Amino acid sequence: MQVTITIEKKPGVLDPEAQAVNQALASLGFDDLQNVKMGKQITVSIDTDDHDRARYRAAKMCESLLANTVIESYKIEINEPS
Amino acid sequence: MRVAIIVFPGSNCDRDMMVAVETLTGRRPALIWHKQTYLDPVDLAIIPGGFSFGDYLRCGALAAHAPIMNALHDHAARGGAILGVCNGFQILIETGMLPGFLVRNKNLKFICKQTSIIINDNTSCELTDSLDRTEKLQIPVAHNEGNFFADPETLDNIESNGQVVFRYASDNPNSPANLNGSLNNIAGICSSNGKILGMMPHPERAMGAGHESADGKKLLQSIFEAVVI
Repeated sequence: MQVTITIEKKPGVLDPEAQAVNQALASLGFDDLQNVKMGKQITVSIDTDDHDRARYRAAKMCESLLANTVIESYKIEINEPS
Repeated sequence: MRVAIIVFPGSNCDRDMMVAVETLTGRRPALIWHKQTYLDPVDLAIIPGGFSFGDYLRCGALAAHAPIMNALHDHAARGGAILGVCNGFQILIETGMLPGFLVRNKNLKFICKQTSIIINDNTSCELTDSLDRTEKLQIPVAHNEGNFFADPETLDNIESNGQVVFRYASDNPNSPANLNGSLNNIAGICSSNGKILGMMPHPERAMGAGHESADGKKLLQSIFEAVVI
């Protein structure tokens, strides 16, 4: 089962990269731009057909390595086969 | 005195650190490859600078889970001293041995320059006991992710526990005190027991003889004096 993990900086954590992109977009004239958030997307395949199990294992992966939960939050989505 | 330097794929200050340690102590430190699962008893373990595992995922994240790390945790649990420089500091943070986090430099640039640091007045880090707290040390930095961040509560805690060890303190107008965006100009912090020190500046690059400064000698000497007593 394929699981997509999205990792983002927690609110309040300084993100100089997102700030720079924000400024660059603003200087290109996107004056309706309100905010930029940047993060990482990681797709993992887990050997199970059980959604709960896949979510649980993906969360374990995030907690132990993929995210630094001091500054990052993560979101787990199951990729339904199309 | 026995010193071990932990080497990861991508470490690039391990040999500089080895030369610095040998110059000051007269004894060559052991270079320990990250795949080793044990650490012979040492007075000081050093995690050198570099780009361990290519800085993939997050700086220090993969090194923090390398096989040697269990042995390093044991060393720390026994009250052993650890020095992490630059990427070594990032690795110590990723292991959870030091609080906070190091994010990208505020100006998004890799900063490689001589800088001044000052020892925090109320630091509880015993590794810096013999340093003069009124003297600025000239030690260079070379990093892309050295911008110290912590949530307000953590920052309060490390300030009030004396865990802030070094602050950037340049008075050169071309090199502002807060060179990378670090909260409270923090350049180095220690663990709550004062024995694990992480710092962004590179003392092994301030050893005199061809270097711009020799202040790294004072800093390392202070650490060596503290760990052999």
